[in-house]
Amino acid sequence: MIRSDILREIAPILHDHLVVCNIGLPSQELHMIDDNAKNFYMLGTMGLSSSIGLGLAMAQPKTVISIDGDGSVLTNFGTLPTIANNVTDNFILLIIDNGSYGSTGDQPTYAGKKTKLEDVAKACGCENVVTCKAEDTGATLQAAIDSKKMTIIVSKCESGNIKLDVITMDPVVIRDRFMNAVKA
Amino acid sequence: MSISTKIVDDFIAQGVNFITTVPCKQLAGVIDEVEARPEIHHVPSNKEDEGMGLCAGAFMGGKRPAIIMQNTAIGVTINTLATLTQYYRMPLPMLISYRGELREPVACQVEMAVHTKALLNQMLIPTYHFHKESDASELQEILKYTFMCNKPVAILTDASFWGGYGDQ
Repeated sequence: MIRSDILREIAPILHDHLVVCNIGLPSQELHMIDDNAKNFYMLGTMGLSSSIGLGLAMAQPKTVISIDGDGSVLTNFGTLPTIANNVTDNFILLIIDNGSYGSTGDQPTYAGKKTKLEDVAKACGCENVVTCKAEDTGATLQAAIDSKKMTIIVSKCESGNIKLDVITMDPVVIRDRFMNAVKA
Repeated sequence: MSISTKIVDDFIAQGVNFITTVPCKQLAGVIDEVEARPEIHHVPSNKEDEGMGLCAGAFMGGKRPAIIMQNTAIGVTINTLATLTQYYRMPLPMLISYRGELREPVACQVEMAVHTKALLNQMLIPTYHFHKESDASELQEILKYTFMCNKPVAILTDASFWGGYGDQ
């Protein structure tokens, strides 16, 4: 399974929750699969999906799922100790780990080599770190939501991309409809 | 009343209730004050762009955020300011210690000080410079302005404003 297969499979679960989605293809794929007001698409700023999601989860009580990639977590490693030390039980970080920088041509990341993000997260002090196979992502995500405990999921999948269009929505429109969904 | 207490009182008076900080020697007093106030959710961050991500999320969750950081962070956060805070039109008061100005003992700090206002100007970020303690009388107006226009706004606070480095 590649990332877009995972997103297609978990879209019905994501649909009921606030989702902060990583820059590039992950946002484009989620936009194509199930565009709705509860999705916040990042159009830039690689690495900050987990930070935006954590800030949002701290600010209000609804469940927030940040969809991140292994390359983006590597870019913003400082996020893991911040998450660990600011336990926010309505926050789930879903790292789709395909061992590559998918949006830029599938160059390998260090997470696909020696570095294990689940071990890094644990070493940073994160308490509920779950590693799963791509096909188990939906069940793992649902269990994390039901647990009402802050959880970091590392879903291991194959690298690879589908062809699709960029998001042309205006960023202020994305933000405004998302904020209305947060308040609803 | 100490200047740190006054600054945090002003933040609270303008509804700021979520502050992320990356420390600087000059900011130690104000960060202690932020940490001590129950009205403010204080989240230390490891890097300033991470902090701006936290602030963006907090804003979308209904909070009034702010970031406290050193001017060297302008070099770290240009992309985040452009593609997140400005692109999605989010308010962000940035209380910034302006290292490398008069009374600065560390020569390397001057290297970013000479770029600080030029970079903020290039980014079209409204910028205020507190040099004397009385300059802080404008802080509440600056905060109102920031949340009125949904932009990042810089408040540079130099060593003279903070009363030097104690032993100098």
